[in-house]
Amino acid sequence: MTASIATNQTILVVGGGIAGMTAALEAAECGKQVILVEKSPTLGGRTSMLYRYFPKMCFPTCGLEINLRRLRGNPNVRVMTMTEVSAVTGSRGDYNVTLKVQPRYINESCTACGDCGKAVTAEVPNVANYGLDKVKAAYLPHGMAYPQRYVIDPSIVGTPEGEAAKAACKFGAVDLGMQEETLELKVGSVVWATGWRPYDANKIQPYGYDRFANVITSLEFERLCDPQGPTGGKILRPGDGKEAKNIAFIQCAGSRDENHLRHCSRICCMATLKHTQYVREANAEAKSTVYYIDIRVIDRLEDFYQNVQKDPNVSFVKSKVARVALNEANDNPILHGVDTEGYHRYATEHDLVVLAVGMEPEVVGVKLPEDIVLDSSNFIEGSKSGGMFGAGSAASPLDVNRAVQSATAAAMRSIQVIHKTASTEAA
Amino acid sequence: MNAPANKFAAYICSGCGLGDVLKIAGLEKVAKTEGKMAVIKTHPFLCNAEGVKMIQDDIANDGVTHLCIAACSRRAKAEAFTFPTVAVARANLREGVTWIVAEGADHDEVRQEMAEDYVRMGCAEVKKLILPGGNKKESSSKKILVVGGGMSGMTAAQAAADAGYEVVLVEKTGALGGFANQMWKRMPFNAPHADAQPTGATELAAQVSANPKIKVYLNSTVAETAGAPGRFAIKIAQESGSISEELCGAIVQASGFSTYDITKLPELGGGQPNVVDQAGLEALAKAANGGPIKRADGKEVKSVVFVQCAGQRDDSGTHLPYCSGHCCGTSIKQATYFKDQNPDIDTAIIFDDLRVPGMGEDFYRSAQTKGVTFTKGKTSKVTGGESCSVTFKDLILDEENTIPADLVVLATGQVPNAGVELDDWTATVAAADNGDEAAKEKKTALQKISVLNMNYRQGPDIPQLKYGFADSHFICFPYETRRTGIYAAGPMRRPMDMHQATEDAVGATMKAIQAAENAALGRAAHPRAWDLSFPTARLEGCTQCKRCTVECPFGAIDEDERRFPLFNEERCRRCGTCMGACPVRVISFENYSCDTVGMQVKAVNVPDEDEEKPRILILACENDAYPALDMAGMQRLTYSAFVRVIPVRCLGSVNTIWITDALGAGYDGVMMMGCQKGENYQCHFVKGSEMAYYRLSKIGDTLKGMGLEPERMQTYEIAITDGARVAGLINEYVAQLVEMGPSPMKGFG
Repeated sequence: MTASIATNQTILVVGGGIAGMTAALEAAECGKQVILVEKSPTLGGRTSMLYRYFPKMCFPTCGLEINLRRLRGNPNVRVMTMTEVSAVTGSRGDYNVTLKVQPRYINESCTACGDCGKAVTAEVPNVANYGLDKVKAAYLPHGMAYPQRYVIDPSIVGTPEGEAAKAACKFGAVDLGMQEETLELKVGSVVWATGWRPYDANKIQPYGYDRFANVITSLEFERLCDPQGPTGGKILRPGDGKEAKNIAFIQCAGSRDENHLRHCSRICCMATLKHTQYVREANAEAKSTVYYIDIRVIDRLEDFYQNVQKDPNVSFVKSKVARVALNEANDNPILHGVDTEGYHRYATEHDLVVLAVGMEPEVVGVKLPEDIVLDSSNFIEGSKSGGMFGAGSAASPLDVNRAVQSATAAAMRSIQVIHKTASTEAA
Repeated sequence: MNAPANKFAAYICSGCGLGDVLKIAGLEKVAKTEGKMAVIKTHPFLCNAEGVKMIQDDIANDGVTHLCIAACSRRAKAEAFTFPTVAVARANLREGVTWIVAEGADHDEVRQEMAEDYVRMGCAEVKKLILPGGNKKESSSKKILVVGGGMSGMTAAQAAADAGYEVVLVEKTGALGGFANQMWKRMPFNAPHADAQPTGATELAAQVSANPKIKVYLNSTVAETAGAPGRFAIKIAQESGSISEELCGAIVQASGFSTYDITKLPELGGGQPNVVDQAGLEALAKAANGGPIKRADGKEVKSVVFVQCAGQRDDSGTHLPYCSGHCCGTSIKQATYFKDQNPDIDTAIIFDDLRVPGMGEDFYRSAQTKGVTFTKGKTSKVTGGESCSVTFKDLILDEENTIPADLVVLATGQVPNAGVELDDWTATVAAADNGDEAAKEKKTALQKISVLNMNYRQGPDIPQLKYGFADSHFICFPYETRRTGIYAAGPMRRPMDMHQATEDAVGATMKAIQAAENAALGRAAHPRAWDLSFPTARLEGCTQCKRCTVECPFGAIDEDERRFPLFNEERCRRCGTCMGACPVRVISFENYSCDTVGMQVKAVNVPDEDEEKPRILILACENDAYPALDMAGMQRLTYSAFVRVIPVRCLGSVNTIWITDALGAGYDGVMMMGCQKGENYQCHFVKGSEMAYYRLSKIGDTLKGMGLEPERMQTYEIAITDGARVAGLINEYVAQLVEMGPSPMKGFG
């Protein structure tokens, strides 16, 4: 047995969102060595793109600050951003991992002073706002970005813009010659905290996301409501910039549907209920209408639902919306369907439609190690040899709180692997 | 006084444009003449390898023990400026000065004064800092106590043992397995999520019993929990009456749930023949053992109706207000018990919202395929008996309907077994101490339902959040409890199904082993896990007022027999609420004390009245308000250069002496910036922000006594996202103070 178990006591955590950060920190605060890899330039993941959390309506960056402080105070975690896992071989206790590191074109000398951003005029879509606005091609991903270092978009490398950024930096931090690198390392256990992405709304043809400017996704809506977002927190229609005052929320957009996502994405009901309260805060007169199949808000989240039900500005229609049409006179979407409570047909006009899009595992389309066990929706159940684990919304459609719980459990399981390896060696 | 071996050094960065807009020579002079630093060095790029090496060399070769780094915010370049062997203070000249003071020569003077004050403050702070040495405890226990031998508890015990930890498992009944022993099958955990599965409880119980690392106490309860993480002294009362003692490092409480009393639902047939709850149906299915399910009267069930949300989601205040989360899935599972045995049996589930999140959707689909009928409706009446009937409003057809059934299953909720509710406990004990006989009896009754019987002054169990569940208040930190080293798992934390409960148990075990490991190292538990400091009290100055023991949000402080505070360091979360509470200022941490902050307050140069430069002290929560101020800087928003900001661990740690000292010294105003308080509080030390408000509400008289207007002290709730707002608030407040005119204390300080 001993021969088959490696010496490596390191835990690899793939994904630097809240689940990955949690798994890494929980293990590291237990004295374990952890490598945390994240493919984007910053930690924080999708939670850092949320304005507020349900049900407390508190700010995700508050918890992010605590986690970053834990990270800064813990030498056991090595963070690698712009890094992806390209291969994993081996088995429980003894994995060989290949990492690909994309060039950031900014080295560790960066002080985040912002001079390169000032020197550059080219702009690229702002990922932090789902591309709803633009940022300079030399940018800090967002105010809470970690590491607190700028990024140069590859599109300006080899152009005068890139050279301007380089010339502006007093600290020699801009390195336009950086290349993609490949690294190999050994680890004992792997936690896949690769997260989720919104289901591609273009695929839900009847709802017209690809055709109508005033049909947006719930993630885009989240950014519209955030004062740090593209509209400074004003709920403005993308079509004409007019304030939206009569907003429809279509639940299960892509979820609970065998043509799209088989599963229920769990978070969308509460997210929409939260969104109705953003609407109320933005404009006391504005109306929200929720088109739903079932409102799935379990445990004490029920309190939030009961409070929203009492809100006279929010109404609920039990219906899976059949299709969305357009009033060409004013660009308003018109929702068609049948209200199943009493079976009434409706054709209701709203000025903005928000699709509560489902959660799809971020690893869909990614080649994972053969050892990984996926369920019918490609969420990670675990691995055959038991040394790799799913965590957070890579493992199941989970809200933040449950994702953190799941990640804490995954850290435990990784430690079990590491400890077993260690004790087998000692024996 | 510090030992003579201390050597103080100031390192000033002139990079990031600091050298362009600040007179660095002026800062050096302040560090030398006022800060009394032995070493003063300026570097054009302090955070790069060369700058850091310069500091490291001074530490290694020149005996520097205390550093004041005057550069960027303490939140920036933290890795570069980590020097584990020396005490470090950071003076924030970038985010705190050059990025927020308006550009241009008009502002040169106030900008420079602000920067010089921050250097003064940094030098003053570092002189009072002591590098925490930690308090390692070789004898610390890492054994994990698991309370409850159901699925959650067994899973926790197995998880800890699998990671190499010794476990003590206490179960009050005579067998492991808990509620799972009453179940026929469970919902599927894995793909394809199509069929009910064996619970696995028997196998797990056998594994746990046979595991040499796990010591199982059956028919036993926890008679006393004393001590702290790393040294919990547990008394275990056994059936025989004997008491065993175990020393444990951390605790997982998995005390499970009870089913809601069905007889409280007479309108739904509760208590009538052939009306059962889900637990009752499990018993019938278990008895049938895969054969036809029979009623209590022996008749084979040919039709069954499930009534969802029975006594749940109730907004009338009579029954459970919450949703137990698992019951839709459980009814689906139970309906398939019938369908799998005989597809001809009529099975109907009457629901309001069918709640099977995640992969439960596949299980729902499977049941539909098997022919289970789902009806959206609100059940108003159930009659039990030989032939049962269920009356409900069909919400799809919009009509009243009554259907017959051989058996009716009420999906009632989970009631947590989390022990004693602490407010109730405190009130009862107070009344009992006053001689109230009924209260004395109630106190005895409460002691019987206590799970942990903690000897903490705050009461015998962990605090409950809502509806009796011992859940965490925090979205980002689901395992936070207010009793360090004790973690809740399973349905006593939150209503949940078996899959979630077993996952939950694994996570709670992670936190428990971590707590035990950190206690041994003398490190704090979340959220200051890196922190090796711990509070000490100069007891000779203590007046035994008990404020520290009462106000500690974590129950870390007991009283000794002379009624002096007795700190349980391993329970302490290092928030400093005790320090803020102490009227005689005898409580301090090595690296955070009345002096480390007080000396900064005193170090600021307060201009005379005729200079027309007000001074405003800002005490800012370091987790939310301070980052918000940084964010204002990063966005290059401007705010008044008349403010001086000191980050504090928590607003609860603010001692009022800092405020009265500041105002006494001629500061014109004080802004206190903490987290949101109230029901949705955001203070990560629970009550810190609230305590600060409470204490400061009483400071008005003191100010009046000093001849000062109450407006000279203001409190604000600041969120981390409030960068723009906080800049605005500062400017408004400064304008208000200018209008009020200078503090009458000026010149007397």
